[in-house]
Amino acid sequence: MNLTLRVWRQAGPSEPGRFETYEAKGVSEDSSFLEMLDLVNEGLIARGDEPIEFMHDCREGICGTCGMMINGQAHGPKELTTTCQLHMRTFSDGDEIVIEPWRAAGFPVLKDLVVDRSAFDRIVQAGGYVSVETGSAQDANLIPIPKADADLAMDAAACIGCGACVAACPNGAAQLFTSAKLAHLNLLPQGQPERSRRTLAMVEVMEERFGSCTNYGECEAACPKGISIDFIAMMNRDHRRALVSGRRSA
Amino acid sequence: MTVLDAKIPAGPLEQKWDEHRFAMKLVSPANKRKFSIIVVGTGLAGASAAATLGELGYRVKAFTFHDSARRAHSIAAQGGINAAKNYHGDGDSVYRLFYDTVKGGDFRSREANVYRLAQVSNNIIDQCVAQGVPFAREYGGLLDNRSFGGAQVSRTFYARGQTGQQLLLGAYQALSRQVKERTVELHTNQEMLDVVVVDGRAVGIVTRDLRTGQVASHAADAVVLATGGYSNAFYLSTNAMACNVTAAWRAHRRGAMFANPCFTQIHPTAIPASDEFQSKLTLMSESLRNDGRIWVPTDADEARSVGDIPEDGRDYFLERRYPAFGNLAPRDISSRAAKERVDAGFGVGPLKNGVYLDFSEAIGRLGRDAIAEKYGNLFDMYERITGEDPYRTPMRIYPAPHYTMGGLWVDYELQTTVPGLFAIGEANFSDHGANRLGASALMQGLADGYFVLPATIGNYLAPMLGKPKVDTTASEFAQVERDVEARVQRFLASRGTRSVDWFHRELGRIVWDHCGMSRTKEGLEKALSEIPALRAEFEADVRVPGSGDTINSSLEKAGRVEDFFELAELMCRDALVREESCGGHFREEHQTADGEALRDDENFAHVTAWEWSGDSAAPVEHREQLEYEYVQLATRSYK
Repeated sequence: MNLTLRVWRQAGPSEPGRFETYEAKGVSEDSSFLEMLDLVNEGLIARGDEPIEFMHDCREGICGTCGMMINGQAHGPKELTTTCQLHMRTFSDGDEIVIEPWRAAGFPVLKDLVVDRSAFDRIVQAGGYVSVETGSAQDANLIPIPKADADLAMDAAACIGCGACVAACPNGAAQLFTSAKLAHLNLLPQGQPERSRRTLAMVEVMEERFGSCTNYGECEAACPKGISIDFIAMMNRDHRRALVSGRRSA
Repeated sequence: MTVLDAKIPAGPLEQKWDEHRFAMKLVSPANKRKFSIIVVGTGLAGASAAATLGELGYRVKAFTFHDSARRAHSIAAQGGINAAKNYHGDGDSVYRLFYDTVKGGDFRSREANVYRLAQVSNNIIDQCVAQGVPFAREYGGLLDNRSFGGAQVSRTFYARGQTGQQLLLGAYQALSRQVKERTVELHTNQEMLDVVVVDGRAVGIVTRDLRTGQVASHAADAVVLATGGYSNAFYLSTNAMACNVTAAWRAHRRGAMFANPCFTQIHPTAIPASDEFQSKLTLMSESLRNDGRIWVPTDADEARSVGDIPEDGRDYFLERRYPAFGNLAPRDISSRAAKERVDAGFGVGPLKNGVYLDFSEAIGRLGRDAIAEKYGNLFDMYERITGEDPYRTPMRIYPAPHYTMGGLWVDYELQTTVPGLFAIGEANFSDHGANRLGASALMQGLADGYFVLPATIGNYLAPMLGKPKVDTTASEFAQVERDVEARVQRFLASRGTRSVDWFHRELGRIVWDHCGMSRTKEGLEKALSEIPALRAEFEADVRVPGSGDTINSSLEKAGRVEDFFELAELMCRDALVREESCGGHFREEHQTADGEALRDDENFAHVTAWEWSGDSAAPVEHREQLEYEYVQLATRSYK
């Protein structure tokens, strides 16, 4: 199949960006979206031009490195699918495809389709862990956890940290990401001692770095792992409770 | 040739680790902050080591070339992690896990290391649960287990099909906590491009910032490499795109010996390549072989569509050749059997490069819902990639490079042949012999990172207390920085016609054809003449566009591919001198009358460790003899 791509090119963080048009010819419908870009890049390198820089690594939908806006949608048109797992059979011969980097103030563009997502790490560093030193743990089966609780924690823990939720949000808010990490730990008995402190600290960094949530729900729709916005409600509840109890020092 | 000493502690197997831990010198809590340690790589091994060393009070600098410490390819492990908990009372024990691992490795691993691995496996599960890793549970609230290949007990802990992800997030969280506590300085987007050795000791590294191109020196009292495996030497593998051998290879060039490079694991069930521009292969979990039947048509020219081929037109070749284990034969054996059929012209699919993995019998017997519950996410992933519905038509699968058992040679304390330089996780060679069992890679990465290295590194550091330290003003750092800069400039000055990826694909083809699932003297010698020829073409004709002061993926790849060229030669050389078949290493000259691997314990019960001796000289072979005091060497049979 043959496609026309309109791709955001930007030489550096403080350089102006612009759309460039490329023809992608002879694309196999069995190739992935990123393999289609590989093919375009081979052509650019052959001409002596600089290839389009984009983020990617595992190419099996789990590392969370890849992500771009494809025709205005984070990770493109197929639901529950990361960019690397999107295959060209989703498109039709002759299509024009607009490709942009994640659009969010919290994720500054570094080059072409590459953005800086380090703000996510800052949120986790604020308290997204259980404080347990290596070697101090008791036998694993001494903490029985109801299957339903463990399953729900796992639903939240499935987040791959790609940033699609932020990119899809009209406000550039990071509530879905933050609440998923909080729910993963706050739902488990191991996470209880630091629950309030963790919630306050992570929400504080989130609010410093990202926009505010006004319940559009675009994040859930864009999430390739199907993380539910119910976790945002849970985060808000925990946050109010923590503010009231004032257990910052717990 | 010298004989390497692994410094295995004396005493009974069960007590070696405990006694050695007592015998090792300690660094007191107050003195730990006087020592700095560099950890390169933030996968399971690196993140767990950096976090634990930080907790102990060392000053740690952790480096990753990813944008975050949560991206390493450990994250893609699906199946699970082994431990000898015996929670199900089915007869498991530390000794049984040890025995299964040594046998699964086809008797080419080190007994003392494997026993220690089995011992600490239980601590890993405890630690991970305490961190909040959401392992699968039974309704009673206790941990669930499942079975994996090469074991007759249920000892595999798992978190849906995302065990690697959850374990890595656990280690990443522990690391994040130490970053907040300021015991760990985390450097993202930094690629290690060389080790600095002063007076025979590793004293630091030189890195390049992948965003700005800045080359920088970092000094420390010890350097730990946790930089993964080298399956991408094959170009197409199940590894992530950025996985590479550069850190380990640069260490090798600075004196660290490289052990058993020909021991590579080819996993039997990956989705076959669909065209020339395919960039990687995707694994389909080993668990599918519990219910899927593997077959090819009996007629190489079969023209009917798959559903119309009657039973007598199907060759269930694993069930035919290995009636006792059938479709659950071990990875190395299943892979070779599929290759044999495809090479003989019986392959299926448009490129005739796969075999069927057929669930129709299981769907008929158990119902579609039961199959969907067990494997639904894998079926969805298969459909996303191929556009075919495995509920209606059989999956097509083919073996793919997946894991490398070989790596930097380390002694019992995980120290390489360069004092002060340690290697952990897939980057070292020590625990899996010639074949790794499923669910053991996660176990080894975390064993090394959480429990082994943090204990043994003190034994190296303790005697250095109060001694003068080397810092980055040493002339060796400046020299290595100049070497690194010169290499970058050499690539940027290239004015060839072909992309780095083109050369990587061509290299991968040679390595796969001649040093893949099956090897011959003739083929390996052919590869050893083709690789240098392609390398020369690479030096003359590669094109690296762009500049060195911004993100430049072509430039990043150029150095990695150049190192793969050198490694690929060593893989072939190693495969050539190992005149036997064992585990993932199959030499066609050494097989039984019915085509099974033929080991030679008399002459090859050893580790081959290679010493770099310069660009123009052949590497020097050294050996570590493997002593089996507890396990009886035996021929593996799955018939």
